[in-house]
Amino acid sequence: MRPDFLDRHARLASPIHRLPTAVKAGAALLLLIALALVPPRQPWLFALVALLLVAVAGASRIPPRFLLGRLLLLEPLALGVAALAFLQPGGWRHFLLLVGRSTLALGVVLLLSQTTPFAALLRLLRRLRLPALLVTLLALMYRYLFVLADEAERLQRARASRTFSRRRGRDWRAIAAVAGRLFGRASERSERIYGAMCARGWRP
Amino acid sequence: MHIPDGFLDLPTATGAAVLAAGGVAVALRETRRRLEPRQVPLMALTAAFVFVAQMLNFPVAAGTSGHLIGAALATALVGPAAAVLVLTTVVVVQCLVFADGGLLALGANLLNMALLAPVAAWAAGLPLRRTLPGLAGRLAGATFGGWVAVVLAAAACAGELALAGAAPWRTVAPAMIGVHLLIGAGEGVITALVLAAIARARPELVTAAGAGSARRFLRTGVLVALALALFAAPFASSLPDGLEAVAERLGFAALEQPAALPAPAPDYALPGLASPLAATAAAGVLGALGMLGVALLLGRALARPREAGSA
Repeated sequence: MRPDFLDRHARLASPIHRLPTAVKAGAALLLLIALALVPPRQPWLFALVALLLVAVAGASRIPPRFLLGRLLLLEPLALGVAALAFLQPGGWRHFLLLVGRSTLALGVVLLLSQTTPFAALLRLLRRLRLPALLVTLLALMYRYLFVLADEAERLQRARASRTFSRRRGRDWRAIAAVAGRLFGRASERSERIYGAMCARGWRP
Repeated sequence: MHIPDGFLDLPTATGAAVLAAGGVAVALRETRRRLEPRQVPLMALTAAFVFVAQMLNFPVAAGTSGHLIGAALATALVGPAAAVLVLTTVVVVQCLVFADGGLLALGANLLNMALLAPVAAWAAGLPLRRTLPGLAGRLAGATFGGWVAVVLAAAACAGELALAGAAPWRTVAPAMIGVHLLIGAGEGVITALVLAAIARARPELVTAAGAGSARRFLRTGVLVALALALFAAPFASSLPDGLEAVAERLGFAALEQPAALPAPAPDYALPGLASPLAATAAAGVLGALGMLGVALLLGRALARPREAGSA
């Protein structure tokens, strides 16, 4: 798995990418707050935010198809929560409001994560005095996430190559065995990482 | 259970964020107090493991499948305080990298999934770990803890949505909690199976972990209880209203057409069961009892050494 398959476009060169991380993160947060404050009776404000997002997306040179695909991938989650609106009378208007609001908010976070490398966000968090232990955990976790995902894929492929058929009753235990083995490997890897960290003079 | 952006209003989002920050700060201090340096990469890798384990699909029926959520498993592996940090890492990466769960809603999501869930899993498993010795107790505790964690996190999620006005508590709570009574059962069983698999492959990883930091951690427990009280307080007053409204409506119907309708089934007239909230509460109690039984049986069965040839 390519380690950058999630924020593949975070290292493009564009005016948006070159903006300081703090500016981008601050703007995203302000936009989200503004979205939360927009009264339902003034939908034109939503259109304004949408226009702004389209403009930023255009300036960032990220392929629009990629952004749209990611948006569609995440939209069902928001739709699921918004469907709760149907449980009350007059649910349709409420539903549309919630969907519009959450889709725009999703666009904001998506643009932020696709124009800013995760490491840059971590540096910002560090500068904002987030405790060092938490930043270290985030950085290490992000670094080894894809390594471990590959490891899980190998374990599953190995298991599939050993079994002729999937017996229904056994399935859950077999999958759990893969997970158990995966944790064993993760803990062994953490030992090696610790050794490597010590060899480079790391102290907690 | 990730709340996306756009569903919480500012007061709810900010309140939850403040509570989450406080809880994470307590967990940080608690973890640092007894942290061995080699545990830092282990915690990070545990977080990555929880993340990846969530992608393993457990087939249920008719093409649907469930997956691990991981709060109880992380708690069983690294202990409650470190589990809060592990799950915080997971939820933050899910939000910032995958855009799964909102940025403004991050505080609420942390509160539900990274604080309430592991603390609840740890607390709910405690009596079982005390009564059943050894691995069986740990497995039973993790099973029951997994169920409680999911149900409680779902209830908190529903509470935040209701508090923010996204949906009324009377309808969102039965919907959310009802579904998660079942999802929680799956989570409990998967947690036990994975923990048993780890114990089989690497026994030292299960027996060594999670000891010690119990008593001081109660402080986080108190904080979480405070959070719950804060979120539950508005509903404590609205709950009787809901019951009354339903009773009134039922009474009304009965008064309007006393003769035209055949007498309703006697239990239908009981407002206690007519209200979806009360029904959910009843289902929750029954579910807890059932899950306790499942946890005890599963713990005993999985802790037994497996006979040769069954692997």
